[in-house]
Amino acid sequence: MTEKRIRRTPSQTIGPFFAYSLAAEQYGYAYNSIVNGTLLDPAEEGELIYVTGNVFDGKGNSIPDALIELWQADANATYRTLPVSKKNDGFTGFGRLGTGTHATHKFSFVTIKPGGTTELQAPHINVILFMRGSLLPLYTRIYFSDEKEANSKDELLNAIGPARRKTLIAQRIEKPGLIEYIFDVYMQGENETVFFEVEK
Amino acid sequence: MDTVNFNVHPPHLYPEYKSSVLRSPTKPLLPVAKYLKDLSLPAFGESVISKFDNDLTKNARRNGEPIGERIKVSGTVTDEYNRPLKNVLIEIWQANSAGRYIHKDEIHDAPLDPNFLGGGRMLTDSDGRYTFYTIKPGAYPWGNHYNAWRPNHIHFSVIGHQIGQRLITQMYFPGDPLFEYDPIFQSVPKHARELLISKFRIDWTEAEFALAYEFNIVLNGKYQTLFENV
Ligand SMILES: [Fe+3]
Repeated sequence: MTEKRIRRTPSQTIGPFFAYSLAAEQYGYAYNSIVNGTLLDPAEEGELIYVTGNVFDGKGNSIPDALIELWQADANATYRTLPVSKKNDGFTGFGRLGTGTHATHKFSFVTIKPGGTTELQAPHINVILFMRGSLLPLYTRIYFSDEKEANSKDELLNAIGPARRKTLIAQRIEKPGLIEYIFDVYMQGENETVFFEVEK
Repeated sequence: MDTVNFNVHPPHLYPEYKSSVLRSPTKPLLPVAKYLKDLSLPAFGESVISKFDNDLTKNARRNGEPIGERIKVSGTVTDEYNRPLKNVLIEIWQANSAGRYIHKDEIHDAPLDPNFLGGGRMLTDSDGRYTFYTIKPGAYPWGNHYNAWRPNHIHFSVIGHQIGQRLITQMYFPGDPLFEYDPIFQSVPKHARELLISKFRIDWTEAEFALAYEFNIVLNGKYQTLFENV
C-alpha cells in the first residue's frame, strides 16, 4: 500500500448505445439484466410507490437516451449492504432504467417509499443520471411533496435557495390503487434541476 | 515538488461535442460532500455474473465464432492511493469488428455479426483485477460534424463502493489516428488523455490466441472504504 496519489480515470459519455449491456431486458435484447426498474421484493413492507418522469434537454425536448439509476433506503431508512444477487432475496434499493422504451421517453420505477435516515435527512432517493451528450455522471435527489415537515428540516434541501428547492421535490398523485410521484429532470432553463458536486 | 495535475475530468459543456450543448447544467453544482460522504453504492454478488459474461467471444454465439481480432482486456480497479477495489461491478459494451453496434437505433450500415452481442460484465477479484475476452471493435462514423468518426473504443461502466466511485468511461487503443479528430476523447484535458488509452502488453498476450491490452481504472479515493466485507 502506497500513499502516493495517482490520477483517476477520466469520465466519458455513456453515448447512445448502452442499452443492450446495461438494460438489455428492458429494451428486449438477447441478454439478461442484473438490475431493472423494480426495486422491491414482493414481501417488502412499506408503501408501494411509482416514481415516474422525463428528462428534458435545454429546448424542452424529452431525452430518449438517458439512463437513470436510483439508490435508496428501505421503509426503515436502512440501505442494503448485502450484495445484490440474482435471486429475489429482499429489497435491493437499487434500480436502473433507460428512457428509450416508452413512447414519450418516460421512466417508471416501482419501489417502496424510503424512510427518513436521520432527523436532518428527509426521506429521499439518490439519483445518478447519464445520457448521450453528458460527459460526467449527474447526481441529484428525489424528495417527496407530502413530507413538508421533514423536508423543511433537511440539511441538504436547506442548502439550496428556496427558488430551486422545488426541482428536487417529486409531486405525489394518488390514483385508485396506485401512488405515483412525478419527478421530471430539466437539464437547463427556468426549472433546471439542482445537480450535486458529490466530492466537494 | 508535486506538479501532477489531478483534474482529469472533462467539463460538462464541451461545445465541440455538440450534444453537450443542450444537455449540460448551466448553473453551478451544489457541493454536497458533507451530506453524502458516508453513502455507499450497492454491492453485487457473484450470482449476478453468468459463466461467459466476461467473454464476449462466447456469450452470444449462435452458429460459430464472431468475426474479428480476438483480444484480451485486463487490468485493475484501484482508488487513487492505489488500493485495490474488490467486488467492483464492471459492465462493458462496444461495436463489433466492423464498427457496428447491435443497438436498434444504430443506422451505420456496416454488417451485424450474428455471433456477437458486444455486451459483458464481471466483478473484480480480491486484488481488484478483471479480464475480458472480446473482439477488437471497429471505428464508426457519427453525426457530430462532417466526416466524424469515433476512434476504436470499449465503453466501461464501473460501480465502486462509495458514491463518488461511479464511473462511466471509454477505453481506447494505442496510436489511434482518430484521436486528434474526436471531440469526445478531446473533451478530457490534454494531460489526462493518456489515462484513457490502453497499453499493449506483449507479456500478457496469449500465444496463438489473443493480443492483450492493459486498462487500469482508478476511482476516487477520498473516502475511506467502509465495506471491506465479502
Ligand atoms: Fe461508442
